[in-house]
Amino acid sequence: MSVASVFPQLEQLLPRVSKPIQYVGGELGAVVKDWDATSVRWALMYPDAYEVGLPNQGVQILYEVLNEQEDVLAERTYAVWPDLEALMKEHGVPQFTVDAHRPVKAFDVLGLSFATELGYTNMLSALDLAQIPLNSADRDESHPIVLAGGHASFNPEPIADFIDAAVLGDGEEAVLEITGIIREWKAEGCPGGRDELLLRLAHTESIYVPRFYDVDYLPDGRIQRVVPNRPDVPFRVAKRTTMDLDAWPYPKKPLVPLAETVHERYAVEIFRGCTRGCRFCQAGMITRPVRERSITTVGQMIKEGLEYSGFSEVGLLSLSSADHSEIGDMCSGLAEQYEGTNVSLSLPSTRVDAFNIDLAQELSKNGRRTGLTFAPEGGSERIRKVINKMVTEEDLIRTVVTAYSNGWRQVKLYFMCGLPTETDDDVLQIGRMAHEVIKAGRAAAGTKDIRCTVSIGGFVPKPHTPFQWAPMERPEVIDARLQLLKQEINSDRSLGRAIGYRYHDGEPSLIEGLLSRGDRRVGAVIRRVWEKGGRFDGWSEHFSYARWVEACAEVLPGFGVDLDWFTTRERQHSEVLPWDHLDSGLDKDWLWQDWQDSMSEFEQDDCRWTPCFDCGVCPSMDTEIQIGPTGKKLLPLTPVNSLRVPA
Amino acid sequence: MAPKNQPVGGQAPVVQRIRLRYAKRGPLRFTSHRDFARAFERALRRAAVPIAFSQGFTPHPKISYASAAPTGVGSEAEYLEIGLQAEVDPAQLRVALDAALSPGLDVLDAVVAGSGSLADRIDASHWLIELPAVEPGRAEAAVKAFTALDEVLVERMTKQGKRSFDARQAVARIAVTDQSAVPSEADGAPCAIIDLVVRQVTPAVRPDDVLSGLRVAAGLEPPVPPRVTRLAQGTLTAQGDIVDPLDADREPALPG
Repeated sequence: MSVASVFPQLEQLLPRVSKPIQYVGGELGAVVKDWDATSVRWALMYPDAYEVGLPNQGVQILYEVLNEQEDVLAERTYAVWPDLEALMKEHGVPQFTVDAHRPVKAFDVLGLSFATELGYTNMLSALDLAQIPLNSADRDESHPIVLAGGHASFNPEPIADFIDAAVLGDGEEAVLEITGIIREWKAEGCPGGRDELLLRLAHTESIYVPRFYDVDYLPDGRIQRVVPNRPDVPFRVAKRTTMDLDAWPYPKKPLVPLAETVHERYAVEIFRGCTRGCRFCQAGMITRPVRERSITTVGQMIKEGLEYSGFSEVGLLSLSSADHSEIGDMCSGLAEQYEGTNVSLSLPSTRVDAFNIDLAQELSKNGRRTGLTFAPEGGSERIRKVINKMVTEEDLIRTVVTAYSNGWRQVKLYFMCGLPTETDDDVLQIGRMAHEVIKAGRAAAGTKDIRCTVSIGGFVPKPHTPFQWAPMERPEVIDARLQLLKQEINSDRSLGRAIGYRYHDGEPSLIEGLLSRGDRRVGAVIRRVWEKGGRFDGWSEHFSYARWVEACAEVLPGFGVDLDWFTTRERQHSEVLPWDHLDSGLDKDWLWQDWQDSMSEFEQDDCRWTPCFDCGVCPSMDTEIQIGPTGKKLLPLTPVNSLRVPA
Repeated sequence: MAPKNQPVGGQAPVVQRIRLRYAKRGPLRFTSHRDFARAFERALRRAAVPIAFSQGFTPHPKISYASAAPTGVGSEAEYLEIGLQAEVDPAQLRVALDAALSPGLDVLDAVVAGSGSLADRIDASHWLIELPAVEPGRAEAAVKAFTALDEVLVERMTKQGKRSFDARQAVARIAVTDQSAVPSEADGAPCAIIDLVVRQVTPAVRPDDVLSGLRVAAGLEPPVPPRVTRLAQGTLTAQGDIVDPLDADREPALPG
C-alpha cells in the first residue's frame, strides 16, 4: 500500500518556522524511490538538528549503501526544532522524512545514529511525533523496528526501554544483513509477529535486543547479572567490524545540502580505528583495529566526490590523520593535483609534532591556510602519563615554534578538565604552557602579533575504556578549576592578551556521564526529562541541568541510587558493568590493567609499531591491522577544459 | 621563511559576462538567497564553468545578483550575472548549470551581457498571490478598498527594528484574477488569486507588505499562509507591461 507525502500539510506550517529549507529535502544526492517498488524501507535518523545531522558520515554512508539495493528504500529524518514541533503537534503532522516527506511510522525500520548520548531526548520527541509508542513493549507489527547505532550504542542500556534493537560497531554490512532478515520475514508473511523478527535479529549474535535480557540488581543497587531470558539468544553480543575499507568507498555521492550546515566539505575517512591508546578516548577503544584506506582509493574518492558535489573543501578524516602510513605522499599528491583550483584541503591535526606542520604546509600550497589544532589534552606531564597521551612540553613548544616561524599566526590547543587524579595544579599548568607557547612563538615569529586559543572540554568517562571505572569530578570543582586557570592565563597581562580561552561548564558533562555509564534505570530519568520539555540537550541554550537533577531526584530514589551513584562513584573490579554483555572485543582484564597502569602513570605503546599488547580485539573479533604502505603515488589529474554538459 | 600574507600570482581576467534567469519552484522556494548563492557556487564547480575570481587574498567567484525574492516566495524570474575567464556558449552553459542544480532551482535563460547594468533594467516586479480558503469576492472587496486609498501604512520588522511605511504608492497594478488561470492544490476549496505589479522603491514593498495593506485597509486575514510567486521583473512600460531585462542583451543595443 502506498504512503502519501505529508508535504501539503507541512507546507502550510513552513512559512511560520525558522529556516524552513532544512525541512524540504531536495539535496543533491537525495534519493526518492517508488514506495511500492521496494520491499524493505528504512528511515535513518540523526537525532539532532538538520544542520548538524546532514553532514554526518555514518548516516550518509548507510543511506547510500541501502539505496544501492534495488528493492530497498532509505530516507532521512532529523530532529525538528521546537517551533516546528509545536506546530506539528497542533496540526497533527507526523514526524516525516525529508526525502519524500513520508511519515516515519510507515517504514520497516527507524535507524537512529547516536554519536552522543545527548540525543536521547530528541529520539523521544521523534517517536512521539511519529505516533510510535515510546516503549518498545507497547509496539506492534504496524510500527517500525527502532534500531540504535553509533558510538553510544556500545551502552544502549539507558535507552533499552525505548529501542527494539542496537547494532554495535560498523554499519555497512550490518544494515544489509538486517535488510535481508526483514525481507525474508516479510516474504514469509511475518510469521510470529514482531517478537519473531526480533528473535531472528538476535540470532545473528551481533544485534542486541534488550527485551531478551533481564537485569538483576543487588540490594546495594549494583547490577548482579544480565542474562538472556530465552535459551536461544547469546550471552554476549559482539560488535561489527568492516574490513578492507577500499571495498567500501562511501560516500560516493555525498549529500549536498541547500541549507547551511556545520560542515560543507567532501569528507573522506582515510582510516578507521586508532591504537594510540589514549585512555579517555572511547572512539579509539571501540573502533580497533586500525584499517587504512589506500592512498589511491582516497585519491579516487576525492576526485569523484568533488566532481559530484561541487564542494571546494576536502577533509581527510580519521581519529589521528597524520598516522596514516602514507600521509606524506597523500598530502603532497593531493596538493599537486588541486593546485590552482581553489580547492582547500584540511587535515584535522591532533598530533603534536613538527611532521604535522610539514603536512599542513603541503596542504596550504593551494592558497587557503587552514588552522592548526594540537591536542596535548593534559596540562602537566604527570596527567598526560595518566591518560597515555605521550607528548612532552618540549615537543609542543618545538611544534608551535615551527608553526609560528612558518607563517601561522594562530594555533589552537585542546585540553580536558576533570581527568582522573587531576589536581588544581595539573590544570594550572595549562596556563603556564600557554604562556611558554606565546613566548617561544613571539621569539620565533619575530613579532608580538601571534595568538593561541586554549579550549577546554569536560572529561566524561566512557564505557569500554580504561576509565570506565573512574569517578567523575563534581561540576563545582571543575568550574572552580576553570576559573583558577583563567586567572593563571591572565596573571601576565602581555601574554594573557595573546591567549584566547574557551571552556565548557562542568554540569553538562556530568549529565553526559550519567547517560554514558547509566543502566536501564536511567531510562526513567530520560523519559521524565523529556516530559518536562527536555530537547536538544547538546545545545547549551536548550540544555537545563536543573531539569536533569530534578528528574533524577524524582525517579532514582525508587531504585535506591542517585545521580552521584552513577557519576562521581568509583567502580570496583568486581562490579558488573551495565555493558559487560556487549562485546567490543576489548578484554576486560586488559582494560582493568590499563586502568591500574594509568594510576601508576605507566604508558602504553601503539601496537602498529610495537608488538601486540593483547587488548583482545583482533583475536576475539577475527580481525587484523590493515595498514600500508602500498608504495603507490597519486598521479596528476587531467584538467577539465570544457563545460560538463549532460548528454 | 617569509610570512605568507600575499596571494601568489593574479587571477585570470574576465573575458565574457553572462546573464542568467532562473526559477525557484515548489518546495525549493524555501531556499534563502544565501542558500541559493552557496548552491550556485557549487553548481559552477560541478558544471566546470570557467568562472573568474576576484583578486585578493581570498578570491571570490565573480557573481552578482539582482534583487532576490524573499525566502518562501517562488519565482520564475530571478537574475544574476557571472564573469568568466574563458568564453562559453550561453545555451550550453544554461543546460550545464541547470543540470548541476537541484530540480526546483532551474536555469531558464542565458545571454551574453551587452552594455548597461542588469540592475538599471529592473524597476518593477510582477507577483501572483494565491490565497487558499479566501473567497474571490472577499479579496476583490479588499483590493477595492486598498486601491481607493492614497496611502496605506503598514509595519514590518526589519533588522533596525519595527518600521512603518506606505505600501500603496508602490503598487502599479492590483487585481483579483480569474481563478482558473492558476491551478490550486486545494481542489474544490475557494482560492482567491491576486495579480500584482509593484514598483521597486525604498524601503522595498514586498508582496507580504501589500497583504498587510489589505489587512489594514479591509481587514483581510487569510486563514492559511498565502502562496506567492514572482512571475517577472524588469522595466515597467507605460502600458503596464514588464520587459524582461535580458531582451536588451539579445538585440543590438538601442540608443538612449
